[in-house]
Amino acid sequence: MGTAILYEVVARVFFDPRHVPPLSDTLPEAVGLLGDPVFWTATWRTLLAAGTGVGIAAVAGIGLGFGIGSVPRLLRVVSSTLDFLRPIPSIVLIPALVFLLDITQITVLLVAVSCFWIVVFQVLYGVRDVDPVAMETARCFRMGRLARTVHVTWPTVLPYLGTALRLVVSVALALALTGGLVMGAAGLGELIWRSQEAGDVTGMYALVLLTGGLGVGLDLLARLAERRLLHWHVATRPEAAR
Amino acid sequence: MSGRGRTALRGLAALGAALGLPLALLALWWVASEDSTHVYLPPLRDILEAFGRVWFSETFVGDVVPSLRRLGIGLGIAFVLGVTGGYLLGRSPLLRGLASPALAYARALPPPVIIPVLLVAVGIGETTKIVVIALGALWPILLNTCDGVRDVDEVARETAAAYRLTGWTRRRLVLRAASPRVFAGLRQALGLAIILMVVSEMLMSTDGLGFTIVQFQRSFALPEMWSGVLLLGVLGFVLAKLLELVERHALRWHRGMTGRQESST
Repeated sequence: MGTAILYEVVARVFFDPRHVPPLSDTLPEAVGLLGDPVFWTATWRTLLAAGTGVGIAAVAGIGLGFGIGSVPRLLRVVSSTLDFLRPIPSIVLIPALVFLLDITQITVLLVAVSCFWIVVFQVLYGVRDVDPVAMETARCFRMGRLARTVHVTWPTVLPYLGTALRLVVSVALALALTGGLVMGAAGLGELIWRSQEAGDVTGMYALVLLTGGLGVGLDLLARLAERRLLHWHVATRPEAAR
Repeated sequence: MSGRGRTALRGLAALGAALGLPLALLALWWVASEDSTHVYLPPLRDILEAFGRVWFSETFVGDVVPSLRRLGIGLGIAFVLGVTGGYLLGRSPLLRGLASPALAYARALPPPVIIPVLLVAVGIGETTKIVVIALGALWPILLNTCDGVRDVDEVARETAAAYRLTGWTRRRLVLRAASPRVFAGLRQALGLAIILMVVSEMLMSTDGLGFTIVQFQRSFALPEMWSGVLLLGVLGFVLAKLLELVERHALRWHRGMTGRQESST
């Protein structure tokens, strides 16, 4: 609330309303947008692109992470390549792929690639964290490879995947929007860019405001899902104890 | 076999394991693309040839240097503001309470959205690009520093108080203790900053890597464009490694640093 008032005052005193409209102008516009089907279609498209990307990243990342992580020799061979590829910003794909795929596909791929790295590395950290005693115990009980993966490795990796989920949500949203901003892929990013080009400043601020709200909402959902997923684990986490 | 011989052999094997796959992949790319007549997927040979032609010339000064300058200034501003702000927020519960809704919102707002906002508020120019990078990179540093400062060991803090350490000595102690988290934030910030640098250059620039790559793409200079993509990849890699080196040096004292990257929020 205090921040909102501060923003209002700063915007009114220091800025031209044509460049930085005060909140009292932006907020009604944002509320108006909530009743506009165009806004909801755009939101849906953005979420769809982000969601599809995350889905692909999750399947590929978890699969590959477990595959590589459980074979130490393979991990040694692959890790340098993973280290090299990870810092490459996924947006370099935009110009490279713009001739080969359509922009919606590229946006999904953008999301998928960025999230994939997060998932893979979290899984790898998780697999490395498996308690050797638990593993030996499982071996003593003559559990097979599959049973060990399901009952020992998977529960160890799960908290790491919880962290991944939280990181992935914000990254996915950011990249889905980037696709709209840079390439005009249908969605919120495209809507924002169009209103900027059309000079509809208040409308653009309203959209940005709502986008932030969407981000907050998704973040909350991810935290909730994480807690659900790890209800058996939460008590042991320092974060929850604080 | 002597012990030294075995160590050397093992080192060689490790090196082989590290270099084997990247080299094999490059070779595969080279061979597979050798006879490529596909316009959009030129042979690797052409790309590498274009790489030498394009980037070891004045384009480097004209485009790569401005990009790196923006990145450096933006990250520098984000670092100073982030550490200062994170320190203040971490020390003061009152300030934290006041700022936390706004901070939660700012963190949830996807960074690329800042670009159109600043385009309207500030206009096209060098400042806008730097501010975009700085604003995007600010939050991970600020929030991590804040958490790090809050987590400073109670005993250490009280010991410092008991010894009547004051002023800068105490501030240094707190920042030192928080520095692993600061670096975790910096690592996230670097990745974001590179993305924002390229996006802002793609959208509103007349020079820089992002601009040049898009320019090549629009003029169908495909090997040149791919060479730009390659350069961006190498740049991201080198910068991340540099940061890792600095981090390893700065956190030598921190015994938890065993090369494991802590997962950070």
